[in-house]
Amino acid sequence: MSANLTLQGVHTHIGRYHILQGVDFVAPEGETTMLLGRNGAGKTTTLRTIMGLWRASRGRIMLGDAPLAALATPDIARAGVAYVPETMAVFSDLSVKENLVLAARDGPLDDVRLEWIFGFFPALRKFWLSRAGALSGGQKQMLSIARAIVEPRRLLLIDEPTKGLAPAIIGALIECLKEIKRTRATILLVEQNFRVAQEVGDHVRVMDGGRIIHQGLMEPLAADSQLQSRLLGLSLDSHQ
Amino acid sequence: MSATDTGAALPRQEIDIAPALTPLLVAALAAPLIGSPSTFLTLTVAGLAMGMMIFTMASGLTLVFGLMDVLNFGHGAFISLGAYVATLVLLPLAAWSQADSLGLNLGVLLLTLLAASVVCAAAGFVFERVLIVPVYGQHLKQILVTIGGAIVAEQLLYALFGPQLIPLALPTAFRGSIILGDSAIEKYRIVATCIGLLVFAVQILILNRTKIGLLIRAGVENREMVEALGYRIDRLFVGVFMAGSGLAGLGGVLWALYREQVHASMGGELLVLTFIVIIVGGLGSVGGCFTGAVLVALIANYAGFLAPKLALVSNILLMVVVLLWRPRGLYPVSGR
Repeated sequence: MSANLTLQGVHTHIGRYHILQGVDFVAPEGETTMLLGRNGAGKTTTLRTIMGLWRASRGRIMLGDAPLAALATPDIARAGVAYVPETMAVFSDLSVKENLVLAARDGPLDDVRLEWIFGFFPALRKFWLSRAGALSGGQKQMLSIARAIVEPRRLLLIDEPTKGLAPAIIGALIECLKEIKRTRATILLVEQNFRVAQEVGDHVRVMDGGRIIHQGLMEPLAADSQLQSRLLGLSLDSHQ
Repeated sequence: MSATDTGAALPRQEIDIAPALTPLLVAALAAPLIGSPSTFLTLTVAGLAMGMMIFTMASGLTLVFGLMDVLNFGHGAFISLGAYVATLVLLPLAAWSQADSLGLNLGVLLLTLLAASVVCAAAGFVFERVLIVPVYGQHLKQILVTIGGAIVAEQLLYALFGPQLIPLALPTAFRGSIILGDSAIEKYRIVATCIGLLVFAVQILILNRTKIGLLIRAGVENREMVEALGYRIDRLFVGVFMAGSGLAGLGGVLWALYREQVHASMGGELLVLTFIVIIVGGLGSVGGCFTGAVLVALIANYAGFLAPKLALVSNILLMVVVLLWRPRGLYPVSGR
């Protein structure tokens, strides 16, 4: 079901700015890869480029054996890629149900899967018929993630799901992400909160200046505060 | 997880009823100024009929702008085209139209509406593929190209049908008035109001009860995310553009029958009104467009009776007042 995501020499220009300058990495199949880095390092651009929302000017993006770089965004989504943007982008004028109905591209909502989602996002059941615009920030984030997993996908791209959320909600989201991991989906997760990265990530890729400057397993990075400080520019304390 | 996020009550969601009540407020304010109840009723029915016709023409335009940010100044061409298609159906079928039979009259009217909608939808398809596609995302070019398209279309209509006004008689059954007390209500205005309400109801049903409708509403709010969910919004847009053009044609027929004449520049003249309506209503909002159309038409009719000189600028004044009150229109679409 899931597949390796491979980026080889990916460059992205936005207007006259050269944002991604040769990004190379693999997000292994069925595991969670954290994409870390300072603000402006190119993490969001990487996700948007994979999703086709910005076009790669050079390089290869492969999901398993399927090339993605030349595809339009809807075709990339239909290849099995789900995207949770930093802004959540829930449809405010639509109800929670309608948001999920739209996300269930392949047919009607699957009741069993819906129950699974309600298991870690009970608020979505309660506000099923409410306007998504009326939800709190945390609830919108839950809806945004639920939309991405309402049907099985090969690859999940999740951009800073904990940004701006209260610590209690972050805890719930970590549990949710762990639950999604158990489905063996391939996940590429951008995260500024190192505690979340530590708890959820199997692999880590660190970006700076539009390139990957470090890649490896999460455990060694989590155990090495000096390396964290050097790569991420912040002390571990400030992340926690 | 916090209480709020595990399912505590949402903040009470206020239903924004105020804009929907503005036509009632306007009517309530106008009634004592007009004085005569029969005149008030006549003006109000005339306003409602005019509002429904404008809504029919404008509702497609608001979705076209809402979904793809396309400024289509060529929309008026479809209004004119619809009116000319009406002449092509009604004039050869004058025997049906002028027969003393409600069935035949109604049949020929429905046939005319259907023909105008289909022809305008087909023309809309060509217009979108040829003129709009190359200028997606470029507003200045959209304005120039669509105005150019409208000019070409108008001149083509002149070339094909001649420069003269073409008289268009109402089917027999829809001529004359119904007398209600001291008021004379034109039958055709009732017909036009019913057709406009039907168009509104169908649009609301489609937008709220079908997946296509959900996609349109979602696309108006955030088309990038709709694409990220796997839907080709460009294809959806072609459909919406064709439907909008078809509705403009349908509105053109209603207007031509209301005026009982057709000329190639009628679409251009009505375009200003349709833009005012969609701005007043909130770009991309069908409900706002409906409210805006009724408001614009009622005020135009009341002002025309009370202060004819004021009627010339009543629409602009209304737009200024609404935008001072709600800068994004009566029912703004979230995320826009």
